[in-house]
Amino acid sequence: MGDLLQRPRVAVHKFSSCDGCQLAFLNLGEDLLSFSQQLDIIFFAEAGMMDTAQDIDIAFVEGSISTAKDAQRIRNIREHSHYLITIGACATAGGLQALRNIAKTDDWVQAIYTNPEHIDTLDKASPIREHVAVDFELWGCPINKQQLIGLINNLSLGALPFEETDKLCMQCKRQQQACVMVTKGSPCMGPLTRTGCGALCPSFGRDCYACYGPAENINGEALARRFEGIGLLPEQIHNRFHAIYSNEAAFQISPIGNKKS
Amino acid sequence: MSFRGFLLRDHFDTLLTALHKLGAHCVGPTVMDDSIHYTTLTSSTQLPQQVHDHQGPGHYRLSTSTESRWFAWANGAQALKPLVFVPQEILWRSERDSEGNLQFSNSKQEPPLTAVIGVRACDLAALALQDQHFLDGLEQDSAYARRRQQLILIAVNCTHPSANCFCHSSGDGPEVKQDYDLLLDELDDGFAVRSASPMGEKICQQLQLEALTNSQQDEIKHANLRAIEQQTKHLPEGNLEQALKNLQGSGRWQQIAERCLSCGNCTAVCPSCFCHSQHDEPAANSMSSAHIRQWDSCFSHGHSYIHGMVIHNETRFRYRQWLTHKFSGWFEQYGRSGCVGCGRCITWCPVGIDVTEELHALAEEYDNV
Ligand code: SF4
Ligand code: SF4
Ligand code: SF4
Repeated sequence: MGDLLQRPRVAVHKFSSCDGCQLAFLNLGEDLLSFSQQLDIIFFAEAGMMDTAQDIDIAFVEGSISTAKDAQRIRNIREHSHYLITIGACATAGGLQALRNIAKTDDWVQAIYTNPEHIDTLDKASPIREHVAVDFELWGCPINKQQLIGLINNLSLGALPFEETDKLCMQCKRQQQACVMVTKGSPCMGPLTRTGCGALCPSFGRDCYACYGPAENINGEALARRFEGIGLLPEQIHNRFHAIYSNEAAFQISPIGNKKS
Repeated sequence: MSFRGFLLRDHFDTLLTALHKLGAHCVGPTVMDDSIHYTTLTSSTQLPQQVHDHQGPGHYRLSTSTESRWFAWANGAQALKPLVFVPQEILWRSERDSEGNLQFSNSKQEPPLTAVIGVRACDLAALALQDQHFLDGLEQDSAYARRRQQLILIAVNCTHPSANCFCHSSGDGPEVKQDYDLLLDELDDGFAVRSASPMGEKICQQLQLEALTNSQQDEIKHANLRAIEQQTKHLPEGNLEQALKNLQGSGRWQQIAERCLSCGNCTAVCPSCFCHSQHDEPAANSMSSAHIRQWDSCFSHGHSYIHGMVIHNETRFRYRQWLTHKFSGWFEQYGRSGCVGCGRCITWCPVGIDVTEELHALAEEYDNV
């Protein structure tokens, strides 16, 4: 990074995902208007804009790679893009659908679909970084508009985006929330989760679900032992760790690691 | 300081009225989200009525009691720190003017006169440490200074230390000795009042105070002795400053790191910790940007980041930094330990790591080498 982008050309692409992260763009409200004067939005599936043949300064990618076609398409996008940025848990880490990686593909395809022969899928749902080089990752399920504003601005000014890597606990304490683990024995994932959401769940007295993915230098084993101490069964601990980020090595901890059945 | 008189419980709101008359915004403890928080106080009914706290490592619960008292608990997660060293604030803004030049402006907000009710001995000791850090250096921290000079401190002596308190051992409590405007001792039917400043005097003049009896004075003395006796935790004897300097290679750090989440809760609730980081938040139109300061921690990677590397890249180094700085490095910097014995880092550690336990183990290791 480093060069100032004059009126950057932007695309928003979609793979396997719920579209929630793209909505962060539409949720920009007034800021979307001021961005539309600074950016050329060339391709935006959710907003009905599709023009794939052009070169792009910043490509945002939502969703994980599930099929061979997806894998080919992301390589094309990479070739046409100066910066490639993943938005959200699916693109960055595989997302919820990566839960299927724990099971055998043939088993679930046979079990779920009446006509399994129509199913064309890769063995795994995988994050974009397993297929092409990614310049920056925005974590979150979904991401929020503050992340986008910060990123687009810093990129267009030629500065490195601000990366949130702190544990959620830090933001929880900056907001002076009482710790739900300490006051109620709730199994909060905050000590493993990166900031970005504004400690939303603890501010409503609830335990964190890890929507923003793993923070830096985390200790999943210690937290799992603590969950055990507050009365969670191994199965419950497993579910806690394997909701949105089952595909992240940092959340695949012993003794509750990914069980490939 | 000698007693100024006795304020009946039924007359407590006259204290709030007196403070409001002085133009002060009152802040005091109240029960919120299953713990005790400081919040805006307009009536004594907001104070924790008949509430006790139960603290242990990684454990905080409230229970109701039959006692009529309002301060029959030790502390919540907050001390005075968030009121003076606020968790997140804008230090300055930059704006592009019509010619494209950058204009800088700093926040000129005038904080209101703020009376804090229920300040404990440990809180005052920690405030004195923060004053040293933010005000006594070559440059004063203006944002801190502006808020600090607007504080009116209304202290209450502790009668119910928690199982995690060790302020007697650190030399900071439980009895409040100095640096307050008003000091209250809670008895069943009201509060003995002392004043230690012109502001305290001004407030006293507005209060309807009764004479304090000898037996009330005896009761106060006994309550203080009982508060000392109730404290079960203490710091190890001997020279911790030296011990920690010599134990940088101890295997204990790795043992702690296996339990520690590196989450920073201990440093956030510690009333003397002052680390912060700064970053800029540009507005969507690229025309302005806010420079933000927020609480940081020696448990974050940014704390030891220098170009291209994080020096404390593992939890054992981060925990070692926290303990060594607080209990050793501070002597050189501030002439005393950075710990005032409030016990917050023990209570609010999600996995219940106890600094006193770790210090005892380390001190023992030092004695044996
Ligand atoms: S509530 Fe959760 S995020 Fe907040 S301090 Fe406790 S463990 Fe951390
Ligand atoms: S180190 Fe712990 S006990 Fe000491 S002042 Fe800080 S929070 Fe309180
Ligand atoms: S000692 Fe406790 S509160 Fe402090 S960083 Fe470690 S786990 Fe968090």
